[in-house]
Amino acid sequence: MSVWMLKGTALVYLLAAVLQLAYLVTLQPGVRTWAQRITWGAFGLHTLALVVRFIEAGYTPVTNLHEALSFFGWCVTALYLLLQLRYHVPSLGAFATPVAMVFVLGATMMHGEVEPLPAALQSWWLPVHVGLLFLGDGAFAVAAAAGVMYLLQERQLKRKRLGALFRRLPSLDVLDDLNYRCLTVGFPLLTMGIITGALWAQQVWGTYWSWDPKETWSLITWFLYAALLHGRLTVGWRGRRAAVWSIVGFGSVLFTFLGVNFLLPKLIPDLKSLHIYTG
Amino acid sequence: MDIIVVGLSHKTAPVEIREKVAFAADCLHDALERVRVGDAVPEAVIVSTCNRVEVYAAARARDEGVEQVVRFFAEYHGLPLEDLRPHLYVYRGPEAVRHVFRVASSLDSMVVGEPQILGQVKDAYETAAAGKATGLVLNRFMHKAFSTAKRVRTETAIAQAAVSVSFAAVQLARAIFGSLEGKSVLVIGAGEMCELAVTHLVENGVREVQVTNRTLARAEELAGRFQGRAVPFEEFAYHLPEVDIVISSTGAPHFVLGVEAVRAAMKARKQKPMFLIDIAVPRDIDPRINDLPNVYLYDVDDLQSVVEQNKKEREKEAEKAERIVAEEVESFQAWLRTLEVTPTIRALRERFDAIRKAELEKTLRVFGDGLTAKQRKSLEAMSQAIVNKILHEPTVYLKRAAGDRELEVSVEAVRRLFGLEEGEDPESKELRS
Repeated sequence: MSVWMLKGTALVYLLAAVLQLAYLVTLQPGVRTWAQRITWGAFGLHTLALVVRFIEAGYTPVTNLHEALSFFGWCVTALYLLLQLRYHVPSLGAFATPVAMVFVLGATMMHGEVEPLPAALQSWWLPVHVGLLFLGDGAFAVAAAAGVMYLLQERQLKRKRLGALFRRLPSLDVLDDLNYRCLTVGFPLLTMGIITGALWAQQVWGTYWSWDPKETWSLITWFLYAALLHGRLTVGWRGRRAAVWSIVGFGSVLFTFLGVNFLLPKLIPDLKSLHIYTG
Repeated sequence: MDIIVVGLSHKTAPVEIREKVAFAADCLHDALERVRVGDAVPEAVIVSTCNRVEVYAAARARDEGVEQVVRFFAEYHGLPLEDLRPHLYVYRGPEAVRHVFRVASSLDSMVVGEPQILGQVKDAYETAAAGKATGLVLNRFMHKAFSTAKRVRTETAIAQAAVSVSFAAVQLARAIFGSLEGKSVLVIGAGEMCELAVTHLVENGVREVQVTNRTLARAEELAGRFQGRAVPFEEFAYHLPEVDIVISSTGAPHFVLGVEAVRAAMKARKQKPMFLIDIAVPRDIDPRINDLPNVYLYDVDDLQSVVEQNKKEREKEAEKAERIVAEEVESFQAWLRTLEVTPTIRALRERFDAIRKAELEKTLRVFGDGLTAKQRKSLEAMSQAIVNKILHEPTVYLKRAAGDRELEVSVEAVRRLFGLEEGEDPESKELRS
């Protein structure tokens, strides 16, 4: 049931992303209105699908790749919609919704059957730990989207070739500010996510930190964003450098999330993450 | 009624002709009276700017109207008609409507998208309206022209693309800083080009203006005009960290601003973006400065190329604007057609009402005093109801025909069916009989 709902949701996301891109091309206010409505619709449907999944499974649905991708997509959309309410950056949708769409589409391609929950995960730490981290990652995704937009706009200004995108993107200042705000949302969430993970690990594995690949990579990610935040606050890392850094940071987020599960086991077969429970 | 336009513009007439037929503001009322003498052209507006002189008129018959306005042009200015004719253009009906809508939307201007023309057309209309030279048709027509211009302005980017160097500078500053509120500018060299650019920046919110010049007195003079302050030339580098925008136009044969000075300033201002505009030839600012992070340097050629790109963009937007104009022309023409229907419906009503009253009169006379007041009243109500019911269908038919191209045929059919003579007012008919 929830798997089918998610497939429907993915189609709505597809439509939303297409409309957001169509707005970027046409700049018609009517297209924008509908793009936003459909995005909200996709988000609503997605939320419902998650609730249904929760009821079906009986646990917070973030334990296998199908569920995780779906929840990740949900977080990206949630962060985008939240920012959209506060800041007027109409072109952001064309960069943020396709990211969410890719995750949700990915989720629908994964094995989606409800499996019994491994004993180690039967804890209220699960929703707290994963929820914090994924929401933080959603903020980093939007920061990276703003970073891409910044690079596109900056390149045009530096090279003095103002293409069709020039008029469609906001000013550098707005994009830089957006990037910074996402960072200030994402970083505390990431930090708390790692701390709750350590506390939980202490309870079930008896140790706060075991240098599991997932842990190592989330620490790398944490250092990347910490450096960026520090640079921004003290020595004026901003603009292009901050944009590139936040894109690299999101790369690290993705690697922690997916690479550790798929790439690392192939490269180093002996190293198996404790964080991988199912396919 | 039809809209006609007679006029000349920068496209058809050289300035020697344009200045001869231009109307001074104080003789407009008189000219509006004269162009409307007689019956052919009951409503008129005269637009007279340095680039165009045009008469917009509502005419009862197109060709007569056009003839009258053309003759008016020659006679009013005392010019031989044959000298004038080659420069005049004439539009009738939908073509005329389209022309005026394009003019108001600045699509016919020498610099497409320039905003002044709409104000000039508005003034021309207000003058005419104040002198009661306009009526139902032109009032509606001119307001439609204004709303078309507004649509073009809001729905296309035709007015946004900056097509002068100093506006391009503002456009770029906005793309970098977003809002210019509270930003500060340093002017190096007190040339005229600088002054224009600074004026635009200040109009867009820039607050602090600092001016530096080799002769401090010139700097003080320019700074005074923007409530800014003058800075000695030897010291301007110290002020670089405080400024967001630099405009330079000295006559110096070498660079007055080098990479190191800007690098140091950027460090001091924690890499907050800086926008430098070099409008001097030879250049004042080392072009390598553009390679520093968060620094954007544009010289005259760069600004010129932005202007060229904007012009191309504007051409694309112009196509969109033409579509909007076409829609509005269609909508105005449809309204004009209903105008033809309205007198017909009114004539129809009056005709039937006359018959009703006459017949009611006869009947009441037969009864004499044999009817109570209540009975009289209900007889009258009944006759009224019959007329209303009979007229319902033809009225609906006419109103529906209003959108048709075959409108005249429909109107004529109704007129023949009910014996309404062509072009006659029911009142004048009554007077005759």
